[in-house]
Amino acid sequence: MKIKTMAAYAAEGKEPEILFWVGCAGSFDDRAQKVTRAFAEILTAAEMEFAILGNEEQCTGDPARRAGNEFIFQMVALQNIETLNMYQVKKIVTACPHCFNTIKNEYPALGGTYEVVHHTQLLQQLIDEGRIKLKEGGTFQGKRITYHDSCYLGRINGVYEAPRAVLASLDSQLVELKRSKQNGLCCGAGGAQMWKEDEPGDKRINIERSEEALATGASVIAVNCPFCLTMMSDGVKAKEKQDEVMVLDLSELIVQNLA
Amino acid sequence: MVQQILFLILAGGASAYAWTQFMAIRKTILLGQDEVITGDTSARWRNVLLIAFGQKKMFKRWIPAVFHLFIYVAFLFTQVELIEIFIDGVFGVHRFFASLLGGFYTLIINTIEILSVLAFVATFIFLARRNLLKVPRLVKSELNGWPKLDANLILIFEVILLVAIFSMNGADVVLQGRDPLHYHDTGFLAVSSWLGPALFGGLSDGALVLVERAGWWLHLGMVLLFLNYLPKSKHLHILLAFPNTFFARQRPRGEMENMPAIMNEVKSMMGLAEDTGAADEELPEFGANDITTLSWIDVLGAYTCTECGRCSSVCPANATGKQLSPRKIMMDIRDRADEVYTKIQSGKPEYAVDAEKPLDKTNFNDGKSLFDYITREELHACTTCNACVEACPVLINPLEPILKMRRYEILTESAGPGSWLPMFNSIENSGAAWSMTIDREEWTKA
Ligand code: SF4
Ligand code: SF4
Repeated sequence: MKIKTMAAYAAEGKEPEILFWVGCAGSFDDRAQKVTRAFAEILTAAEMEFAILGNEEQCTGDPARRAGNEFIFQMVALQNIETLNMYQVKKIVTACPHCFNTIKNEYPALGGTYEVVHHTQLLQQLIDEGRIKLKEGGTFQGKRITYHDSCYLGRINGVYEAPRAVLASLDSQLVELKRSKQNGLCCGAGGAQMWKEDEPGDKRINIERSEEALATGASVIAVNCPFCLTMMSDGVKAKEKQDEVMVLDLSELIVQNLA
Repeated sequence: MVQQILFLILAGGASAYAWTQFMAIRKTILLGQDEVITGDTSARWRNVLLIAFGQKKMFKRWIPAVFHLFIYVAFLFTQVELIEIFIDGVFGVHRFFASLLGGFYTLIINTIEILSVLAFVATFIFLARRNLLKVPRLVKSELNGWPKLDANLILIFEVILLVAIFSMNGADVVLQGRDPLHYHDTGFLAVSSWLGPALFGGLSDGALVLVERAGWWLHLGMVLLFLNYLPKSKHLHILLAFPNTFFARQRPRGEMENMPAIMNEVKSMMGLAEDTGAADEELPEFGANDITTLSWIDVLGAYTCTECGRCSSVCPANATGKQLSPRKIMMDIRDRADEVYTKIQSGKPEYAVDAEKPLDKTNFNDGKSLFDYITREELHACTTCNACVEACPVLINPLEPILKMRRYEILTESAGPGSWLPMFNSIENSGAAWSMTIDREEWTKA
C-alpha cells in the first residue's frame, strides 16, 4: 500500500484534502494496524487525496496528560503542533477517539486549531455523498450487530449518530447495548488504564462490558476505537466466544462491503 | 403579646445562628483557589433554569425524579405559607392573607395541601427505597454513619412537618365553624376540610385552639430547625444547586484544564518562547493535594453534593468492585474542607507554618492532606470516562479533582503507578506511547 506523506505532498508543492492522523495504536498495534489499512483502503477507494505524517507524527500525549504528566504531554503536543502548523494542516481525520479528542479539544489552547473529524464521521459523509459504493446485500446483511460507544467519541464529544448511520448502510440489524449512547459503559482502557493493570476489584471492566455485549446475541461487536477493540476482543476471548463473535472496527465492516 | 415576643426571640435567634453557619460555609468554599470564570453567561443561566430549577437531569431516572419533584414543589409552595407565618408571628395576627386574598388564598392552601399529601407519599417511598428495598446506590459503605442518618432524618423531619401542617389547618377548619370572627373562612380545603372535622370535630374550643397553636409552632419550629440543620447536611443542595449549576465549567468535556506554567516552560525549553526565567524560581506545586490547592468550584461542588450516588452507580470502576467511588471523592472533599476550616478557626499555633503569623489558608499545615481521605488506589482506578460527570443531576464534576490529584502525585511528588513509567519514557524519548522497534509507516508495507 503506497501512502503519501505530508512531506511528499509539500515537496510537490501540493496540499492533500485531508491529513490522516494514524495514532500510536493504529501505527504499532497489530490488530489496530488492520483498521488503519482498512480505513486507508476506503479513502483510496473514495479517491480522496490524503496524507499521513509518517515518522513525523508523535503520540498526541493523551495518556500522559490523563495520567497526570503534563510535562510529557506539553512536550509532544507542542512538537506535533509545530509539525502540523509547518505543513499548514487544516483538516484532520483520525480513527482514534483519544487522538480526536486531544487534537480537537486540547490543542487549541496550545496554539493548534484544526478541523478534526473522527473516521466514523468521514465514513458517513463519504457514504452519503456516494463517494464510496457499498455492495447490495453485502456480508453483513440481516446480521445482528451491536455497537459499543467509546467514551471519547460518544459521551465526551457527543458523536452518537454518525457511527450508527454507517452501520445502517450495511443493511444489518443493529441491537443496542443495555447501556448505550450517553449511558455507555467504558471498556476500561481510557485515562491511561491501557498501560497498567486494573486496581483490585470483583472483575475487570472489559469483562463487564463484553458480557453485556455478548448478551445481545449479536455476532459482531462494532467499535470505533483501537483501545475498545483490544479491550472487547480480550473480553470476548476471556469468555471463549471468539469463534462466534467478532469484534470489528467500523472501517473493517465497510471495507468488506465495498462494491 | 407573649407569643409575639417568643416568636421574635425564636425566629430571630435561629435565623442569626443559621446565618453564621452559612457564612462559615461560604468561607470554607473560598478556601479553594480562584478560578477564572470563562464562557457564555447565558448558557450558565440556562443551566440554572433547566438543571437546578427545572431538575432536567433528574428525569434520566423517572421514578425517583417524580417523587423528588413532589417534595421539591411542595417545598417551594410552602414558602408562601412561611411568609404568612412570619407576618402572623410578628404582628400577632391570624392567617393574614386569608381575608386579603380570598379565593386565591383557598387555591394556594389547597395546592399546598395536595402537594403535601404527595410529598408525604414520596417520603415514605424514599424511606422504603433506602431502608427496605436497599437500592444499591443508597446503601454503599461510604454512606455509613452520618450520611445515612442524614438521609433518614430529613425524611422524618418531613413527616413531622406534614403532621404539623395538617393539625394546624384541620383544627382551623373546625374553629372557622365555631368562631368565624377570629378564624377567617379559608374556603374548602381538599384535605383539612374533612380530615379536620374527622379528627378534631369532638374537641372543645380550648383544645382546638391548643391543637391549632401547637401545629403552628411545630411548623415554625421545624422550619427553623431545618434552616440550621441544612448547613450540616447533604440537603444544602437545595440552595447550592443554583450557584453550582451557574458556575459549572463551560469548556468542552474532553478538555483537561491547561497548565500554562508548564506549557510556557516547555515552550522555552523548545526555543518556542522567550525564557522568562520562571523555571529558575522555586519549584511550584502542581496539581492539588488539599482544599487550598483545589479550585473553589470543586469545593462548591463538594458542598452541593446530594450524596445521591448517581455518579458512582454508573462508574465503571465502582461497578466492577474497585475502591473508586466518585461520590466518596466529593464527600471526602467536603469532610476535609470542614476539617481545614475548623482548624483554621481554632487559631491554634500548632497548625501554623509560621507560628508568629495568624492562621489562614496560606499559613496552615496540620500535617494532613486530601490524600489522607482519598487513597491513591482510588485515583488510579479512574478511566476518565466522564460517566459521573454526565450522571450528576446538579452538574458536579468529580473527575476534575481526581485529575488534579493525579497531577499532584506525578508532577509534585514524582510518584504514581510504576507501570506508567515506561509509557512516559517512551513518549518522551521516541514520541510513541509504547517503545517500539518498528516505525510509524510499517502498516503501509504489508
Ligand atoms: S470518570 Fe472516573 S470516576 Fe467518573 S465514572 Fe468514569 S471512571 Fe468513575
Ligand atoms: S456528585 Fe452528583 S451524582 Fe454524585 S452523589 Fe453527588 S450529587 Fe449525586
